Formats: sequence, C-alpha cells, structure tokens
Amino acid sequence: MLNQFFQDPIQLATAQAAVAIALALGMMFIAAWAGIHLEKEILIALLRGLVQVVAVGAVLLFIFQGPELLGFVILAGMMALAAKTAEKRAEGLPDAFRVALFGIALGGGSVILLMTWAGVIDPKLTSLIPIGSMIIANSMNAASLALDRFQGEIRSHVGHIETALALGADPKTAVQPYARAAVRASLIPRIDSLRTLGIVWIPGVMTGMLLAGNQPVHAALYQFVIMAMILAVSGLASLISALLMAGAIFTPAEQLKINIRV
Amino acid sequence: MKLETRDLTRVHEGRAIVDHVNLAVATGEVVMIVGPSGAGKSSLLRLLNRLDEPTAGTAFLDGVDYRRIPPRELRRRVGMIMQTAHLFPGSVADNVRFGPRQRGRDLSEVEIERLLSRVGLSGFGDRMVDRLSGGEAQRVAIARALANDPEVLLLDEPTSALDDSAKAAVEDLLSEIIREESLTCVWVTHDTAQAKRMADRVLVMQNGRLQMTS
Ligand SMILES: Nc1ncnc2c1ncn2[C@@H]1O[C@H](COP(=O)(O)OP(=O)(O)O)[C@@H](O)[C@H]1O
Ligand SMILES: [Mg+2]
Repeated sequence: MLNQFFQDPIQLATAQAAVAIALALGMMFIAAWAGIHLEKEILIALLRGLVQVVAVGAVLLFIFQGPELLGFVILAGMMALAAKTAEKRAEGLPDAFRVALFGIALGGGSVILLMTWAGVIDPKLTSLIPIGSMIIANSMNAASLALDRFQGEIRSHVGHIETALALGADPKTAVQPYARAAVRASLIPRIDSLRTLGIVWIPGVMTGMLLAGNQPVHAALYQFVIMAMILAVSGLASLISALLMAGAIFTPAEQLKINIRV
Repeated sequence: MKLETRDLTRVHEGRAIVDHVNLAVATGEVVMIVGPSGAGKSSLLRLLNRLDEPTAGTAFLDGVDYRRIPPRELRRRVGMIMQTAHLFPGSVADNVRFGPRQRGRDLSEVEIERLLSRVGLSGFGDRMVDRLSGGEAQRVAIARALANDPEVLLLDEPTSALDDSAKAAVEDLLSEIIREESLTCVWVTHDTAQAKRMADRVLVMQNGRLQMTS
C-alpha cells in the first residue's frame, strides 16, 4: 500500500519506519492497559534504536565510498571494541583484554582474510564490513562465553588445580580440563544453531537475500556458508582465548593468581 | 637442616598472615604446628609448597634457596596433603599415577598396588574415586603424594574432615608411613592431643607468628 504513495526509496523506508513505530506503540498501549508499564523503556529503546541504526547507515554510506583499506581499519577498530566488551565478561581474570583481543583478532582476522582470499567474502566494502563485523561479533561472543565459563570452572576447582600443582604438574596440565570445558561450552550454541538451521529459523542473511530477490537455493547456500564460518571462527576465538588465559592465570613461579581459599 | 625458613613473611591486604617465621626442621623430624583458626597455619604450609609467594624472607630446602629450585621440582620434593583429598575424576590408579606421569614416568601396576597396600587400599586401583568414603579418599590422596617419593611432607589438618573412626585410622597410617620412610614433616593440626602423639616437637602459631614451646 505504502509504495503507491512513495516512489523515492528513502521516503518509502521512512514511512515504513513510521508504521513499525506505530505498531510498537500500539503494543505499548495494550501492555499498559494490561497493567504492564514499560512506556519509558520502550520509548527510549525505540528512539535509541532508530537513531543508532540510521547513524550507522549514514556512516556506512560515507565509508562505502572510501578505499577498501578503510574496511580493514574499521574492522580492526571493531576488534578492539569487541575485546573491551569481552574483557568485562571476564572480570576477575588477569590480562583479559589482551587475551580477548588476541582471541578475536587472530580467530576473526584469520577467518576474514582467508575467506576474502578464497573469494567467499567479496572484498568490496559493502560485503566486507557487514560480514566482517558479523564474524567479529561472533568471535567476541565465543571468547566471552569461553572466558566466563573458564573463570567459573577455575573458581569451583581451585582445590583441584592447586593439588595438581602441589603434585608437580605444570600449570597448563593443571587447568587443561577446565579450559577444555570452557571451549566446549562456548561452541555448543553454535553447533545447535547450525543443526537447527532452516528448521527452527530462517536466519538473517538468508532472509535479507530473499528480500533482495535472490534465488532461494542460492540464499540458503550462502547462509550455510556464513554459519559454518561462524562456527569456525567461534572455535578459533574461544580456543585461542582459553589457551592464552590458561597461561595468564599463573605467576612465573607457577602459582594460581586467582587467590581464593577452599 | 632439611627445611628452613628465614623471616618468611606473607602480607595479604595489609596484614601479615605469616609474620617473620623462622623455622628449622631436621631431616626425619616431625614438627607439629597447632594454633587457633586463622592463625596462618595453612598460609605457612602454602608458602612451604610455594603455592604462594612470600612478600619477604625465604625458605631453604637442603640449604638451597627456594627461589633457585624450579617450582615443579620443589613441589615434587616437598609433598602436600590437604584437608580434603581433591581427587581427580577417574580411577584410584589414575590418581596414584598422576605425580610421576608429570615427569614422564609411568608407574607399573605393581608399583601402584604397592602404594595402595601401604595405605590399606589393596585392590582399590580400578575403583572410581566417586565411590570412596572420606577416609578412603584421604588414603588415596596420601598414596598419590607418596608416589612422588617426597623428601618432606606438609600436612594441613589431614584428619580433621574425617569422622572419628577414620580419623584414628588415618592418623595411625600416617604415623607408620612417616616412621618407616623417616619422612621430614610439618604437620598442622588444631588437635593438641594429636600434636603431642605425633610430634618430635610442637610449635604454636598465633597471629602469623610461630612461638617455640617444648
Ligand atoms: N585467599 C586468601 N589469601 C590470603 N589470606 C587469606 C585468604 N583467605 C583467608 N586469608 C586469611 O589469612 C589468615 C590466615 O588464614 P589461614 O592460614 O587459613 O589460617 P589457619 O590455617 O591457621 O586457620 C586468616 O586471617 C584468613 O582470613
Ligand atoms: Mg587452615
């Protein structure tokens, strides 16, 4: 209906946004009528989301006209931000920023470079940036999950770790079972989402490609490529993070830095 | 002296939890340390196994400064038995094998069985550790520590988590092993009667300081 009134794509999109906002506001009023008062939160969230995403669009508009090298600079910046975010999740672990940065940069970076070289990712900025950022975001999630779980495992097994040390084990051996559990835990959600791909959900990339008029089998295959890439990058990022953290939690004299008594 | 400390100190959050401890233990001597909870007894043993780093002072094994002994070698030579066994998941034999395996040595079935019979657990090798009683678990921990052939044994209230009958049995067992092996021991307990039974010498620890007595 809207496209009968608006020919200019930007005008059309703006009108569509207005309809979507109206829909959300409608939900808000119904919720309020049911005694669930989230007006403030919803209004702020709508406003923030709108401003942020339009700002990103505007920035991308500008970036897409720049040189390709700019894409790599931007992805590097995203990696640093991602590492900062993962560090927060690993609060209480030493050296978490460095560890997460290595995990994300080595894991995410190698996958981005390899896939660009292989031609799976188009080196054009219009695909490098969105797919690259998706890879980085998934590296970040995997590294965060792994570090968070690793920390929990360490804290609940301090006695076992120190017993192993007291028996003359090297630190890596003493924490190995917990590092493994952490990496495993960080990969399970990725494996699950790959397993249920298409059955439980039709994910974003495929949806987008279908909306853009791509042939469904083509869209499906590319979605699979993305998911497999995400699985690979998640594994790399969490493995690297857990491995580095397994070193970082010990002093040079091979003592556990996390000092809690059992 | 087998084991010696010189002004061994650990300050934690501004407080000296181990405060200028000077301790000398002769080869084959059993030193018992008693003292109220929070006195710093466990903290002292952790320093002697180098699980923590002193903030001042140092310790010597056979006259060699701890800082000049690689940590793993030191911990092999100075074994530790803690209040809880902290057995690793798997079989009893897996646990007994753990220490030597860290140095690339695989204990034979015969060696494992000999260690197990020393702690009264003959034939327990294939038993899974989650099927052991508290007393049995602590015996496995003792066998596991002995497998490393330590020169010094540090014991942090090894019987205090056990029920009364297991307590007496494990104490007797330790007493026997220590005598047979002429092990040098620093044994922490809050049980003064136990201290008197086991000791060549009893020392009292309070507020991080070690006081000499009989
Ligand atoms: N993780 C820790 N690191 C350092 N000191 C601690 C720690 N936990 C507890 N302490 C403090 O160290 C002091 C000595 O404790 P501890 O050596 O366990 O005493 P004891 O074994 O004699 O009961 C206590 O005051 C205790 O609160
Ligand atoms: Mg104690």
